[in-house]
Amino acid sequence: MAKTHQSARPNQLFRNLNSKIASIPMIFVALVIFLGGSVWTVIYSFTNSRLLPRATFVGFDQYERLWGSARWLISIQNLAIYGILSLIFSLVVGFVLAALMDQKIRFENVFRTIFLYPFALSFIVTGLVWQWILNPEFGIQHIVRSLGWETFEFNPVYDPDIVIYGILIAGLWQGTGLVMCLMLAGLRGIDEDIWKASRVDGIPMWRTYLFIVIPMMRPVFITTLVIIASGIVKLYDLVVAQTSGGPGNASEVPAKYVYDYMFQAQNLGQGFAASTMMLLTVAIIIVPWAYLEFGGRKRG
Amino acid sequence: MANVSTFDTTSTVVTDAAVLATTPSRALEGPSGRKPKRRLSRRNIILYGTLGLAALYYLLPLYVMVVTSLKGMPEIRMGNVFSPPMEITFEPWVKAWAEACTGLNCDGLSRGFWNSVRILLPSVVVSIFIASVSGYSLANWRFKGSELFFSILIIGAFIPYQVMIYPIVIILREIGIYGTLTGLIIVHTIFGMPILTLLFRNYFTSLPEELFKAARIDGAGFWQIYGRIMLPMALPIFVVAMILQVTGIWNDFLFGVVFTRPDSYPMTVQLNNIVNSVQGVKEYNVNMAATLLTGAVPLIVYFVSGRLFVRGIAAGAVKG
Repeated sequence: MAKTHQSARPNQLFRNLNSKIASIPMIFVALVIFLGGSVWTVIYSFTNSRLLPRATFVGFDQYERLWGSARWLISIQNLAIYGILSLIFSLVVGFVLAALMDQKIRFENVFRTIFLYPFALSFIVTGLVWQWILNPEFGIQHIVRSLGWETFEFNPVYDPDIVIYGILIAGLWQGTGLVMCLMLAGLRGIDEDIWKASRVDGIPMWRTYLFIVIPMMRPVFITTLVIIASGIVKLYDLVVAQTSGGPGNASEVPAKYVYDYMFQAQNLGQGFAASTMMLLTVAIIIVPWAYLEFGGRKRG
Repeated sequence: MANVSTFDTTSTVVTDAAVLATTPSRALEGPSGRKPKRRLSRRNIILYGTLGLAALYYLLPLYVMVVTSLKGMPEIRMGNVFSPPMEITFEPWVKAWAEACTGLNCDGLSRGFWNSVRILLPSVVVSIFIASVSGYSLANWRFKGSELFFSILIIGAFIPYQVMIYPIVIILREIGIYGTLTGLIIVHTIFGMPILTLLFRNYFTSLPEELFKAARIDGAGFWQIYGRIMLPMALPIFVVAMILQVTGIWNDFLFGVVFTRPDSYPMTVQLNNIVNSVQGVKEYNVNMAATLLTGAVPLIVYFVSGRLFVRGIAAGAVKG
């Protein structure tokens, strides 16, 4: 828009000066905080900083210690379980709900409001509610037992083996509404004629969904996948609220590991190393996507 | 036509096929008259049944919160989480608001509420103002490198906060505002920036270019066009941005815990401290009342804003 080439070019630096001044906060955030901050953290993950950051480099010591720590391994394992199951379930449940909502139903707004409201709530609220519902003395386990099944065991608050699944239940409750909404928007973007054509050809509805609509919705699925996945890596508040990482450290997650080492154990180096691993995880998810999205065609 | 019904599993297509088969002449003319309504078809029962069950699952926690917060402790110990209250009491609400203890302070969640309000208002205003100006620059006043900065910003939105928190702590500490309200406002502005800038940039790009050109010919400058033309035209998107920021900042926990001191903790942090404190007897009814109180603000925003909320998250989710 501002590409009016004049014969005598004024100083490049002062063109659009106001715009540049107004963009200073954005440039600052992009370069100093996002780029600079990340690079700084990665660099200092190779130091032995404890209470304060110190530039004494110790190579991969912090990483060796990190991967030798039982707590970190549990964190990674929990994140993997939570991540994979949460991806599968939220995509499947979200899509099925969206497909049901797309059947020209009545009260669509009511249903959408109900499915989406947990998304407006914080993870703290979500975690605390589910902690209460899953409480073994008063919640689900107690109810099933009082129905006559005396030996029923379902205690995802205090049983270390299944505690992460309790968090998964809460996480899905909070997040599937969003997936449903995205999927519904994707479904609404499908040309009506596709449906008519498949009906004329006598293709059953489920096959139309599976072999025509879902492949057509690939971009929606990829975007949703990236959003859910980058949200999963950040998983923190929910765990803090629902289990505080316990019992023991059975429900620890990487983000909590980072926080605890940085701000409580006063072992900054470990925190930096762990957060660098988080960054790496996100990079593995984001880079291919960003390459596909922005790399292929230049957007102007 | 026979093939249709053998392959198909859904009753709509089957009935259509049946209609087509019996009255071929009408089928050629296309459907006419009122659509046949069969409210209790098997399809509808399955459809609404599934949706209803799902809705029940989503509503259950809200119900449990309300019910528990209205019961007395003896009643809670006797029943289960789902049983409705026999004697409704509002005492847990009063206690959660005005008496619940965190550490040494026993003035309840009201403290956290007002802290959150104090954090929320300036953060929302500052972050939206800065992001809207950035978005406007990016849409109408591109300069060399502006798109690059924007790309870094968007990719930065995916970087886990944990990676950038400590450098921010250092910067704020150097300036001398670590642990203050100003510091937290800056942090919220920083992390709200990618999504909000994207939102505004896309909106301003979608406005007709002629408007901008006409204003320029009339001699309006950067701020004049922003204040007189773009701002009034972008009111809906400002509302969307506000919804995003109000719920986002209110629900924040991590920044509150890292960037404030205990006596100015936001509501979420205080709530977590109240409920998960290890001291004393667990008062589940007070806990649930406190949880509901904390969730009330975003819930009200959500129920009042309705479609705009959906638009906000869709704008945040789907790249422009």
